[in-house]
Amino acid sequence: MFVSRLFSTLVFVVSFTTMAHASPVTHTTLDNGLEIVVIEDRRAPVVVHMVWYRVGAADEPPLQSGIAHFLEHLMFKGTETMAPGEFSSVVEANGGRDNAFTSWDYTGYFQRVAADRLELMMEMEADRMQNLSFTEAEWLPERDVILEERGQVLESRVGAQFNEAMLAALFKEHPYGVPIIGWRHDMAVLTDEMAMDFYAAHYGPNNAILVIAGDVDTDEALALARQHYGAIPANPAIAPVERPTEPPHLAERRVVMEDARVGNPYVSRIYLAPPRRSGDQGEAAALQMLAALLGGSSTTSVLERRLTFDEGIALSAWASYMGTMRDYGMFMLGITPVEGVSLSDAEAALDRVVAEFLEEGIDPEQFERVRHQIRASEIFGLDDMQGRARQYGVGLSIGLTVEDVEGWIDAIDAVTPEDVLAAGQMLLDKRASVTGHLMRPQTAELSQ
Amino acid sequence: MKRFVALFILIAFPLRAEVDITPVTTPSGLTVWLVEERSIPFVAIDLIFAGGASLESDDQAGAVNLMASLLSQGAGDMDAQAFATRTEELAARLSFSSGRDSVSVSARFLTEDAEATIDHLRLALVDPRFDEDAIARERAQVLAQLRRDQLEPNTLASRAFARAAFGEHPYARETNGTADTVAALDRAALLDAHRGAIARDRVYIGAAGDISAEELGVLVDRLFEGIPETGWPIPERAEFLAEPGLEIVPFDGPQSVVAFGHDGIARDDPEFLTAFVVNEIFGGGRFGTRLMRSLREERGLTYGIGAFLSSGALGESYQGRLSTDNANVEIVIELLREEWARMGRDGVTAEELDRIKTYLTGAYPLRFDGNGSIASIMASMQYQGFDRDYVNIRNDLIDVLTLDEVNDLAARLFDPEALFFVVVGQPVGLN
Repeated sequence: MFVSRLFSTLVFVVSFTTMAHASPVTHTTLDNGLEIVVIEDRRAPVVVHMVWYRVGAADEPPLQSGIAHFLEHLMFKGTETMAPGEFSSVVEANGGRDNAFTSWDYTGYFQRVAADRLELMMEMEADRMQNLSFTEAEWLPERDVILEERGQVLESRVGAQFNEAMLAALFKEHPYGVPIIGWRHDMAVLTDEMAMDFYAAHYGPNNAILVIAGDVDTDEALALARQHYGAIPANPAIAPVERPTEPPHLAERRVVMEDARVGNPYVSRIYLAPPRRSGDQGEAAALQMLAALLGGSSTTSVLERRLTFDEGIALSAWASYMGTMRDYGMFMLGITPVEGVSLSDAEAALDRVVAEFLEEGIDPEQFERVRHQIRASEIFGLDDMQGRARQYGVGLSIGLTVEDVEGWIDAIDAVTPEDVLAAGQMLLDKRASVTGHLMRPQTAELSQ
Repeated sequence: MKRFVALFILIAFPLRAEVDITPVTTPSGLTVWLVEERSIPFVAIDLIFAGGASLESDDQAGAVNLMASLLSQGAGDMDAQAFATRTEELAARLSFSSGRDSVSVSARFLTEDAEATIDHLRLALVDPRFDEDAIARERAQVLAQLRRDQLEPNTLASRAFARAAFGEHPYARETNGTADTVAALDRAALLDAHRGAIARDRVYIGAAGDISAEELGVLVDRLFEGIPETGWPIPERAEFLAEPGLEIVPFDGPQSVVAFGHDGIARDDPEFLTAFVVNEIFGGGRFGTRLMRSLREERGLTYGIGAFLSSGALGESYQGRLSTDNANVEIVIELLREEWARMGRDGVTAEELDRIKTYLTGAYPLRFDGNGSIASIMASMQYQGFDRDYVNIRNDLIDVLTLDEVNDLAARLFDPEALFFVVVGQPVGLN
């Protein structure tokens, strides 16, 4: 039920289409404020039905970290007319799968079912948009579930704990520094009342995006959506997103974490970076290209070629850009050295290679290959209906428009080598960054 | 609640997967299952070479895995950099992987570059270089992975379970090998593993996308030019040996990982599908199973729990996994024994069976949702010995299962006395 989008993969490019092969995408907004995107893809009798709320962990009140994600779990615990667990049972009895995910900026719910069952999904999802209801017999054990979840996906994984510490150091005031799942001590005292307050403050058609993708006729899908969602009144409590702003970053931060569970020590750096901005994605697109050139391939990208292949001091080296965020993006670099190379030396080599890249400029052949792959990814992306639906859901959730989402590939395609080098200058200024060393305890190193 | 009931009944009919499979025999005699789909200009081809890590001897453990990872690290006159560069020029997506039973190859490429991509992929399969520097790099990666595995409780649990279950059989081994065997693998060993694992007599091929049967036949033959007819013999079957009981692997951390299970059911057993249905009710990896209800929803003891039929080409087991707080392990094991006994004794209810039938028959067509997934299903159906027609009759086979048949199978499969547990962690109250 919990998906942290951070660090999961090196996101290379997203794919959308404005091409001849594209299936039609329709966008509209109902009177009650619900935004709707319909993506027709009639190859298989399947439909994906998603509702995204423009609210996430970065909108939580003080002392309630984890409440957005806790509420996501509780959304499966019944409404005034549906029993606890019935939502998933009905989806399952109809051969479908459902799940949900929480991020800092959004909370999403989705079902994947045979196309003729779309209406039932809408009926149930519209119901829990306004009628959530559960008792202590449901919410109390569910709080134990999220604590077990934190134990399993975070506290049992040293790399995840390290990331948590890195982000807490990077953000001084903005809530991206607080883990999506919450801090354990906050989670342990979350209540049903807090969840219902959060629900009342943020859920409603005027804070939601409906995405339907698959074997549907657009007009029929829109008619069904109007029927089931159109009658829900807008929630007057919903206010514009207001979040803290980061103060100037004047001092670089460094994090050192030692843990006996570390298999391969590594260096990780995260820079504060601009995110994709509506109507102005050029800088983000340049950072996306920068990440692709530095770290987009495990063989030919600049960092791997230099550090792993030529110099042989890295097991792997990476770069990635996370720009699909509402307030701040992040640019990440890292290196796992081979045995016998210290983390300090590895970090110095990483910095040296980045600086040389920015100074020497870009290999035009590599630049062309990366662009070619991005264009091809547009075609491969058409095969992934759920992925396409997700891109619209994420994009609209964080304040981008359909035009921004569809124009992303073109924006990347328009980037010049000069743009990349200009954007890359930010990597030379470490003041708005955190650098972390994750290693085994020094005593253990000595005794080996 | 009531307003949904009507819809429920109305729509609960079994669907058929609308998949039109064309069997293609290439001019040289290879069989390919194709699903032609012309709306997006790309092609997906999947190959499964049966055998995998089970082919290698104990002292060469990890050879097939290392070999497969090196197929993309230089071929023909291209070193690793040149090979990857060429792959990028073609905008092709090639992947090579291996497991205990097979080596798998997956290719996705634009229609306009089909021939060039096939020629490129062919070099990787027929003429991999196994350069010394590439071997050193990939070996270091595997050794690093092995170090991480030592610190990963899920991996430790799976290994301990496999060791206890399969004794001296290759299935007891880690497919990545051990630090010692991997350190000792040299170029000759990798050439051997390549010669033993990649052969025509053991390949299963699926394809989907923008290509005709005729074009595909020519293309696949072109891909297989120079690939030998036969490889190493497939080993004997593995018997399940683990004695009932509990093995604790001490590991520092807030939670324990628990692996549990006993002997399973062979994938060619006439009742395999029945067992699959029973497990979907009991522990299939989703919400609404008996295990999820009992341990997660009612008691909050875990974030997730699942059970699975681990039925390989050479042997089988029935297993499950969960993570839980160290303090909960004792009660979790007790609950698992109870659920296991209840299933063996009482079986499932008519209502549970009806619900799972609707779910499984409804979910099946959803698998065939893109060229990539279809190509992969086409290869794996052949590998697992299904007829082409299975796609069309599979839902009927599930629909005709009776409660008696299902519960006879449950009584046969579920044996609480035989349960073997591995606990990786610092469980409280167990010894």
